[in-house]
Amino acid sequence: MSMSTITPVSQRNLKRHTSFGQSLRNSFTMAYRGLLKIRRTPEQLFDVTFQPIIFTLMFTYIFGGAISGSVQSYLPVIIPGILVQTVITTSVVTGVQLREDMDKGVFDRFKSLPIARIAPLAGALLADTIRYTIATVLTFAMGYVMGYRPAGHLDHVAIAGILVIVCSWAMSWIFAFFGVIARTASSVQGISMIILFPLTFLSNAFVPAQTMPKWLQWFVHINPISHLVTAVRNLANSGTIGSDFAISLMGAAVVVAIFAPLTVRAYMRRT
Amino acid sequence: MEERNPGNANANLQNLAVEAHGLVKIFGQHRAVDGVDLRVEAGSVYGVLGPNGAGKTTTISMLATLLRPDAGSAKIFGYDVVKDPHIVRQLIGVTGQYASVDETLSAMENLIIFSRLLGLSRSDARRKAVELLEEFGLTEAAKRPLKKFSGGMRRRLDLAASLIAQPPLIFLDEPTTGLDPRTRAQMWDTIRRLVKTGSTVLLTTQYLDEADQLADRIAVIDHGRVVAEGTVDELKASIGTSSLHLRPEQREHIDEVRRTVDRVLGVQAVVSPEAGKVTAPMLDADKVTDLLIALRESGIRLTEMSVQKPTLDEVFLTITGHGVDHDSTDESGALDGKEAAIS
Repeated sequence: MSMSTITPVSQRNLKRHTSFGQSLRNSFTMAYRGLLKIRRTPEQLFDVTFQPIIFTLMFTYIFGGAISGSVQSYLPVIIPGILVQTVITTSVVTGVQLREDMDKGVFDRFKSLPIARIAPLAGALLADTIRYTIATVLTFAMGYVMGYRPAGHLDHVAIAGILVIVCSWAMSWIFAFFGVIARTASSVQGISMIILFPLTFLSNAFVPAQTMPKWLQWFVHINPISHLVTAVRNLANSGTIGSDFAISLMGAAVVVAIFAPLTVRAYMRRT
Repeated sequence: MEERNPGNANANLQNLAVEAHGLVKIFGQHRAVDGVDLRVEAGSVYGVLGPNGAGKTTTISMLATLLRPDAGSAKIFGYDVVKDPHIVRQLIGVTGQYASVDETLSAMENLIIFSRLLGLSRSDARRKAVELLEEFGLTEAAKRPLKKFSGGMRRRLDLAASLIAQPPLIFLDEPTTGLDPRTRAQMWDTIRRLVKTGSTVLLTTQYLDEADQLADRIAVIDHGRVVAEGTVDELKASIGTSSLHLRPEQREHIDEVRRTVDRVLGVQAVVSPEAGKVTAPMLDADKVTDLLIALRESGIRLTEMSVQKPTLDEVFLTITGHGVDHDSTDESGALDGKEAAIS
């Protein structure tokens, strides 16, 4: 029997709040938990592995000739578009998995521990960036196999990839919010898709906006997804960083500023 | 207790681990907890006894900062659960009714993650995990995924996870519900050792014998209210006594058995002809010897002699004036028969 005597309450160094450093450490530990879970259930990565491959092949060969005259000249248009669409879609899974995870007893323990309240959520979202990275790398690799040679070279392509991952992480807070407030995992999937489909398709991701009716062009131009796609195209195809890059990052910051506190509050209120 | 924490406004309440006044929690129309008062002294084991749906888990959830009370107040070692939840969480360990560990991970990984969350360094977390696995007899299963764990192993891991920070107060919500008698007895041993280290334990249970075995004081809770409170002995005295059951080998002896019981024990025995047995309240266990000798002298042979302790049903009948809803406490009924084997 090796249980040692416990420290009396009066001799404990008790803290009233979590420090910023502790919040960060707690979130990283939670992210480590997320990574362990992915390692234990690698089938979770099925979507991020096959979606980039299948979608890139499909869209390029279907639309290539019609939109850009040839598959080769369509690649610089479609690869950034498909990249944004695939990775953002992947972030929906974050919300769905969070819902499933929260129904398990282990979340009760997280709530009873003296840890930062945001950590279980931030950790889960942080661990999912590994999924976005896989999808990003596979989409670019698939494009390369099909003959895409980005003029912006590897360094700018890498920046473009990181930009997409950061923006998807920001978007995942929206779906995490649905994950926290929804009652079932399938409803999270449903709500998220209703939002995501118009957002990704009513953009310049697949088709140049000039071909669309005027009223639709208006929406396409204010759609943040369009700005993100344009930013990626500029980086990958010409190696330039423009206003779209700044707008995308600002948009991501706004989404996090709104949805992170909302999500944490909803999470705290839920029993 | 002489050294007081500077931040503690109620230092004079330090010897109370839990102090709750008029706790209320309402879910929709249902008053799950309806004005619960509790006082638990530091270093003791306190049992909260009641059937399913009595409000035990909800009460614990409020004390453990998992749920916000709708009315009333609660303090843990003098710290308010609503105003200072972060401090309260540093003082408690919670082991839920359903194992609150990560199913997809191994036992080792679970303990390492909880240790890391509690601020242990990487190497300390590993050392602590190994130590606790050893302690709870889980070393061999350390690397196996939890999906393959038995109910008892899961509970033990759950308890181990609650002890990482060595909290001075531990909540155990129905620690043995659904466990087989052997694992149940092991769990009891673990809880007893825990108390020796100086921890305060607040446990909930549906089983009278569990409260009897472990708790210094008991609160009986029903429909969200504390209906009785006291030491185990006080409570037992209020419930009534154990009953003696005798079954003669030959049915025609049954009336003579009853008469002998009446004469020797000086109580009113009841005959249940269909079961072929005589039941009598056992006020003085010592007199049973005389009774058995008297029966032997009359040439009556017995096929069965048993002593039945008061059951939770009887506790409730006595204290609340109504029985336990049977659809909700099948388990406790089924366990009554096993009591003799365990205790």
